[in-house]
Amino acid sequence: MNPIQHIINIQSFSRGEINRILDRAAQLEPITHSGVSDILAGKILVTLFCEPSTRTRLSFDVAMKRLGGDVIDFGPTEESAVAKGENLADTISVMGGYADAIVLRHPKEGAARMASEFSSVPVINAGDGAGQHPTQTLLDLYTIRKESKLNNVKIAIVGDLKYGRTVYSLTHALSMYNAEIYLVSPDQLRMPDSLKRDLTDKGAKITETRDLDDVIGVVDVLYITRIQKERFPDLGEYQAVAGSYKITEETLKDAKDNLIIMHPLPRVGEIDPGVDKSRHAVYFKQSFYGVPVRMAILSMVMG
Amino acid sequence: MKQETPPEKQELRVRRIRNGTVIDHIAAGQALNVLRILGITDRSTEVMSVVMNVSDRKKDIVKIEDRELNPGEVDEIALISPDAIINIIRDYKVTDKHKVVLPSEIEGVVRCINPNCITNTDEPVKPRFTIHRGEKVELHCVYCRRIITDRIADFLI
Repeated sequence: MNPIQHIINIQSFSRGEINRILDRAAQLEPITHSGVSDILAGKILVTLFCEPSTRTRLSFDVAMKRLGGDVIDFGPTEESAVAKGENLADTISVMGGYADAIVLRHPKEGAARMASEFSSVPVINAGDGAGQHPTQTLLDLYTIRKESKLNNVKIAIVGDLKYGRTVYSLTHALSMYNAEIYLVSPDQLRMPDSLKRDLTDKGAKITETRDLDDVIGVVDVLYITRIQKERFPDLGEYQAVAGSYKITEETLKDAKDNLIIMHPLPRVGEIDPGVDKSRHAVYFKQSFYGVPVRMAILSMVMG
Repeated sequence: MKQETPPEKQELRVRRIRNGTVIDHIAAGQALNVLRILGITDRSTEVMSVVMNVSDRKKDIVKIEDRELNPGEVDEIALISPDAIINIIRDYKVTDKHKVVLPSEIEGVVRCINPNCITNTDEPVKPRFTIHRGEKVELHCVYCRRIITDRIADFLI
């Protein structure tokens, strides 16, 4: 019997394995336009979201239904056994008996890894605190491959690189494709040195800058992340920093013609709505690509 | 005239032990943390001696009588004192001597520095780290992947 295939973090995937997932997503994408298939007919997915999420939960739901499977949502944890004090390990042990796979979002980092140790069925990490969010990274890679190029891409990752959930995983994955990575952030939101060292030790080509203008004419991809208000001691400082990284048509005047702009969404003012109609904006497509990528993952772990 | 032996040479600071373990070349100031790693507390019954800041504040020494520590027990000492030497003593003689070896993984010895890590909750899971040795010893949390490089002793359980 094959070992259970959990999806916990992107670091456990080789480039070949990532390519296989992206290829599978490309194969499945037409189904998203034409109804449903029976690839996972008779299978049941349990989604357990211990913190709020809309698009990730819905896109898993849609992905499973497009594959002909059923989804049972655990519901709000405040109305469940979790609220009575049941720990996650027990909840997972029980859910594993009901479902063919579990999708978990949890506020604590490492929760999915722990859950995988207690689960008799595959666990898919849909975000654990500020930690990992591997399906987001995979859909980001899928978007870059589809809308730009994945090998040797030049990418600027902009915004909160200290607390942002997706940045480390994305940087790690991109370095497998020989990307040139520009980290653009204010000093107080720079990527922690230990993570940076870890990435450069693995061969990542990283350049840091505070100023987006330094790199805007060079890059193929502009990846914007949200700068969260609560990271700043006072509102004035937040507004100054957030304002300096806001993407407008003016920001893009020196950009390459084929530049694409990505954002994991939801956005809160990082990108001016005026940019939405430009040829550069792919963030809504990026969000849509979450469906075929999650279909690929579900079909691989349960197929 | 007979030359006098200087007072500090006249007697050993701590007498030799007949049987047991001597941990030598512990980084100065880390002896008490070594005891923590070995699980030795005020309720332990072993006779032991702790000598700190000897040889001009260069090292600490711990002697534990009538107990031979095995490599599995002592290798975790390498986390805070990678040059420590373990001497097994039988009938006043050193019968085995080896340097501690950094293990590749530890469980339940150090807690994760990340307050939001799942191992810092009531879940039934022990903190576990893989160990990487570059310029410094690095602990990588298996769960949240946070990296601990400095002040490892502060996080001993």
